Amino acid sequence: MSSATPNAGGEHKLEQEDFEPRILVFCCNWCSYAGADLAGVSRLQMPPHFRVIRVMCSARVDPEFVLRAFQKGADGVLVAGCHPADCHYIGGNYRTRRRIALLRILLQQFGFDPGRLKLEWISAGEGERFQKTIVEFTDVVNELGPSPVRGGD
Amino acid sequence: MPEDTNIEKKPRIGVFICHCGSNIGGFVDVKAVTEYASTLPDVVYATDNLYTCAEDGLNNIKESIKEHNLDRVVVSSCTPRTHAPLFQRTCEAAGVNKYMFTFVNIREHCSWVHMKEKEKATQKAKDLVRMGVARARFLEPQEETKIDVTPAALVVGGGVAGMTAALSLANMGFPVHLVEKEKELGGFVKNLHGLMMTKKSANEAIQPLIDKVNAQKNITQYVNSHVATVEGFIGNYDVSIGTEGSESKEVKVGAIIVATGAIPLVPEGLFGYKEHPNVVTSMEFEELCNKKEIPKLKSVAFIQCAGARGQKVSYCSRICCNVAIKTAINIAENRDNMLGATEEKAEAEAGQVVEEPAAEMKAEDEGLERRRRRRGRGRREADEAADEGGAPSSGVEITVFNRDVMAYGVEHELEFNKAREKRVKFIRYLPDNLPKVSTKDGKLEVGYFHETLKMERTMPVDMVILSTPLVSQPDAATLSQLLKVPLGQDGFFQEAHVKLRPVDFATDGVYVCGTCRGPADIAEAASQASAAASRAAIPLANGYVQAEALTSRVDETKCTGCGTCVEVCPYGALRKNDDGISEVIVAACKGCGCCGATCPEGAITMTHYTDQQLLAEAKAALEEV
Ligand SMILES: Cc1cc2nc3c(=O)[nH]c(=O)nc-3n(C[C@H](O)[C@H](O)[C@H](O)COP(=O)(O)OP(=O)(O)OC[C@H]3O[C@@H](n4cnc5c(N)ncnc54)[C@H](O)[C@@H]3O)c2cc1C
Ligand code: SF4
Ligand code: SF4
Repeated sequence: MSSATPNAGGEHKLEQEDFEPRILVFCCNWCSYAGADLAGVSRLQMPPHFRVIRVMCSARVDPEFVLRAFQKGADGVLVAGCHPADCHYIGGNYRTRRRIALLRILLQQFGFDPGRLKLEWISAGEGERFQKTIVEFTDVVNELGPSPVRGGD
Repeated sequence: MPEDTNIEKKPRIGVFICHCGSNIGGFVDVKAVTEYASTLPDVVYATDNLYTCAEDGLNNIKESIKEHNLDRVVVSSCTPRTHAPLFQRTCEAAGVNKYMFTFVNIREHCSWVHMKEKEKATQKAKDLVRMGVARARFLEPQEETKIDVTPAALVVGGGVAGMTAALSLANMGFPVHLVEKEKELGGFVKNLHGLMMTKKSANEAIQPLIDKVNAQKNITQYVNSHVATVEGFIGNYDVSIGTEGSESKEVKVGAIIVATGAIPLVPEGLFGYKEHPNVVTSMEFEELCNKKEIPKLKSVAFIQCAGARGQKVSYCSRICCNVAIKTAINIAENRDNMLGATEEKAEAEAGQVVEEPAAEMKAEDEGLERRRRRRGRGRREADEAADEGGAPSSGVEITVFNRDVMAYGVEHELEFNKAREKRVKFIRYLPDNLPKVSTKDGKLEVGYFHETLKMERTMPVDMVILSTPLVSQPDAATLSQLLKVPLGQDGFFQEAHVKLRPVDFATDGVYVCGTCRGPADIAEAASQASAAASRAAIPLANGYVQAEALTSRVDETKCTGCGTCVEVCPYGALRKNDDGISEVIVAACKGCGCCGATCPEGAITMTHYTDQQLLAEAKAALEEV
């Protein structure tokens, strides 16, 4: 990834001058990915540190994906799915919720701050919520600093 | 982690990066991204297009596939949600399987949301392209399966909606099994007296439909019946129908329509209901009309939203305002027939309660009447005050206590104005100050706060009619579980998409219409039913469905038969075979990946979204470059 450029990103709060957080976002195809698209169509600006991976359902996010991501140096992982009861696949997102709760505990045991993993419900109509989630989560990750894998704590 | 050794044949990837005019090009250095793409592993060709989706962009893809012998394609442009099918068709036209295509979104997720940071947006675009290429390296061609469809349908519920749907399908030539739990067809409309905006009685309106259903040879009716079990998936359902007092019957159908209707809320504990015999629901009032048992009426009060919009249920029931308007007009117009119906029964029976239009209406031409009624609109506020004490033309005081009147659309609004012409009073209340029903010396009265006059008032009345909302059938959950289709938070059946797919369920092969989907009047229920029937007719008429190759696959050598996947699959697409090993019913699987993420043995692969592909994408996102 690039090193920090002094002027860019001036609008966003950076804890450390040259910390460029790496944030992975798993979006379900039916709601959150569409919500992210809507944020784009509405030209809602947000910090450029997140990378979206599309999955059909948030329940597709295998705990292994999340753990591997942290192992490979992700500073934050966001899983975004349909609102409860709105899931395209009936109740997939309920499973996601339980799974993420467990993963948080696991992460803590591995020495990661559980705040580095976030679950959010974002519908296809919630472009603003997508933006808000990215802005806030980027702030949180900035606050936490680089992941332990990348020499932070 | 995926290893390069897993790739059998060396991939030949082509990357096409779009400027989208200046939509991407204005905020991302597309040339730099293209140059970067050409350095990525297995990329044999990378280029940029002004508009990849335009004719020359698509031709460029096709020609490049031939020229560079590409076996997979990455397009980096807008969103797969709108453009993937176009590019996939282009690939197929040039002989590349559509599953060998990857979409990278650098517009919605990049150039449009990082418009003030070209350098960082360019870096992000490079990262996204790297992720897409990493995924593309692990793609595999897929075959889509064709599944045969049994050309017959099951319709559950024999109300207006169910009968309309059954008739349309039967008229198209498909055998239909129509299941009704009551002893006869007709549904809720059978309980009604008169209908809105027609001079017909409810019975006169519904009977012709019942007759048509009876005459249609393609429809097999099952009354006093219920759906006992359902197995299968689109095109191939095995349904068992249980009928009171006889053996259950097995039928095979290709599509299912749910039309089980709704019932009005019983306002237990609200507005003196059950405490005084003359506090009735609007449904009970219709029944009293039918039985000609209306007591002597000089003053009637309607209370709208009784139990709705934040009381017992959260939603607006949509039809009750129009039902109240209909009933109010009926009372006003037929005062003489209604008054003292019990005491002067002979007189009441002599006259039809609904039929007679008011005398002055007959005289005028319709256009004039419409204009006149529309003008009535602006007078509402003034009337509320002025009407107090004014003598109603009909001789019956009719007051509709409401939060706001949902007389949506031109026709209903004209009815609303007509009611006001008849001196029906509409008095507004606020949700934190509900009207109070009580008795004084054995006589009913309604206490309320008059918002315009800003004072507490009391009104003696002969009868209170509570407009209660439609609520879901108490047994809706049973059917929802049998069919594996969802109920929304209010207990009504939930469609796939409220705007784009209003009569489909997310599960293919099952459709929904009428009030089981949410409050609706007869016209709305009937149009939904026609829509549902034509949606259901698509697979029936085609005779097959094409299943997207996004499904799970079980590795029999790894599966231990623990059954976890069978339990988590929301579509019942997994079952244990005779050896106790899990197997996928390809036609039923929707490819959500729930099972894949849950299997403790790693025995399940998701086609086109394999662990390998997704991990490669994630790893590429986090690479140091
Ligand atoms: C007081 C009142 C007045 C109304 N007045 C008017 C009016 O004037 N004009 C107008 O347009 N609309 C009016 N409506 C609305 C109208 O009743 C509905 O629009 C209409 O009934 C909807 O038809 P449906 O077929 O969807 O449901 P329903 O008429 O409710 O029919 C559903 C059928 O499914 C059956 N069923 C239910 N569950 C099952 C099961 N599990 N298995 C098998 N069968 C099942 C039921 O027995 C019923 O026969 C009024 C409603 C109310 C409450
Ligand atoms: S969860 Fe895995 S091991 Fe268990 S039955 Fe399903 S496929 Fe087999
Ligand atoms: S991918 Fe989803 S629908 Fe398909 S078998 Fe697995 S859990 Fe069921």
